[in-house]
Amino acid sequence: MAIRIQLPLTDEVISTLKAGDSVLLSGSLLTGRDAAHKRLSELLQAGKPLPVSLQGEVIYYVGPAPAKPGHAVGPAGPTSSYRMDAYAPALLDLGLKGMIGKGARNQEVVEAMIRNHAVYFAAIGGAAALISHSIRRIEVLAYEDLGTEAIYRFEVEDFPAIVAIDAEGNSILVTRPAEG
Amino acid sequence: MDIRCIEAAVITERVAALYMEMNYFIGEDILGALEKARQTETSPIGQNVLEQLLENNRIAAEEEVPICQDTGMAVLFVEYGDKVTITGGSFEEAVQEGVRRAYIEGYLRKSVVEDPVFDRINTKDNTPAIVYTTIVPGDKIRIVAGCKGFGSENMSAIKMLTPSAGLEGVKKFILDTVAYAGPNPCPPIVVGVGIGGTFEKAAMLAKKATLRPINTAHPDPRYAALEEELLTAINRMGFGPAGLGGVNTALGVNIETFPTHIAGMPVAVNICCHAARHKETEI
Repeated sequence: MAIRIQLPLTDEVISTLKAGDSVLLSGSLLTGRDAAHKRLSELLQAGKPLPVSLQGEVIYYVGPAPAKPGHAVGPAGPTSSYRMDAYAPALLDLGLKGMIGKGARNQEVVEAMIRNHAVYFAAIGGAAALISHSIRRIEVLAYEDLGTEAIYRFEVEDFPAIVAIDAEGNSILVTRPAEG
Repeated sequence: MDIRCIEAAVITERVAALYMEMNYFIGEDILGALEKARQTETSPIGQNVLEQLLENNRIAAEEEVPICQDTGMAVLFVEYGDKVTITGGSFEEAVQEGVRRAYIEGYLRKSVVEDPVFDRINTKDNTPAIVYTTIVPGDKIRIVAGCKGFGSENMSAIKMLTPSAGLEGVKKFILDTVAYAGPNPCPPIVVGVGIGGTFEKAAMLAKKATLRPINTAHPDPRYAALEEELLTAINRMGFGPAGLGGVNTALGVNIETFPTHIAGMPVAVNICCHAARHKETEI
């Protein structure tokens, strides 16, 4: 039975989420993937302000396909999260509360999640058409020149995900092969 | 045999259709394997993931939208009959135009950047496609086309094994590569393996192996048995659908082989996600 969660995430809600919980997310989230993360990171290193506030936000690692006429968005499943591992701790330290992606995270990210009381959700890789049905509206917030890699704001309703790593660092991802 | 003329526009049209269709409609081989996986999966989360993937494929086909937002980089293996002449353009440009048209008119994601290191600026039409052409006798053109997403492409590897590594060395490298990929390449995966040839030949064989339907076997029964053995071993690893645990980590293992040098035994492993999109046509 999936738990319905309203975004933005509050610390109280984050405390209740345990690795393995199925959730349906509703509300507003940000998107960003490789190129946008690189730009955000370069701004941080230069001590410059970011084009979007990350405070209390959830970021979805996605580069959607173009929308057909009459669709709010094209297929929009998660991309591999490990490619954002180099950037994620700094963003978590700025108040990011959740990430949605697919696959494993490194130890630095997990430590930054525990330090900042944040959660990592897994969306199902390759379920892009299905997931797009839960995305109601999208708008570009920054880096429009990056096209699919721009930072968008998505309004979602019952977006399906699974708590992959909770705020205590517990994970349900299988990252090593079983013995034997 | 007489020379046969084929209009460049016909090539473009067929290539465009291949790319739109492969992105909207998953192949019967993958669909069958996903259905079988759903029946055999023991993990409740794994079952749920497989149900969502089947539902996703149904929605994509019904709405004619891509199965996955990563509509990949286009790779085509072409057998070009030596009696064919292209009229009204060049073969290469006709193929590139077909890919361009599919990605623009078919609402597929444009995922190709012009320069790999410095600028990384999107070409905005998903070209260039990668085209491997072999000249064969005859008056036909056969195209085996795929679109390769990079979540799984990034998990691929090649190793120049030497003869003393033997069969055990081959198995170990393949299994180590899959184990290292773990939950990242969108399991349940398709594992394409190329063994033999040279460095680049092994990699091309591995790519070709991912484009072979997974309900087919290597013609040599020894390699066919190895495909089965590796599939069983991979599914014992426990990564499961989406890497959330389960007994279905791979849908299939396809091996392609080629003669090699007395000093070598190259092995390439090309990993593909469950959305293993490929389609063939003959013109």
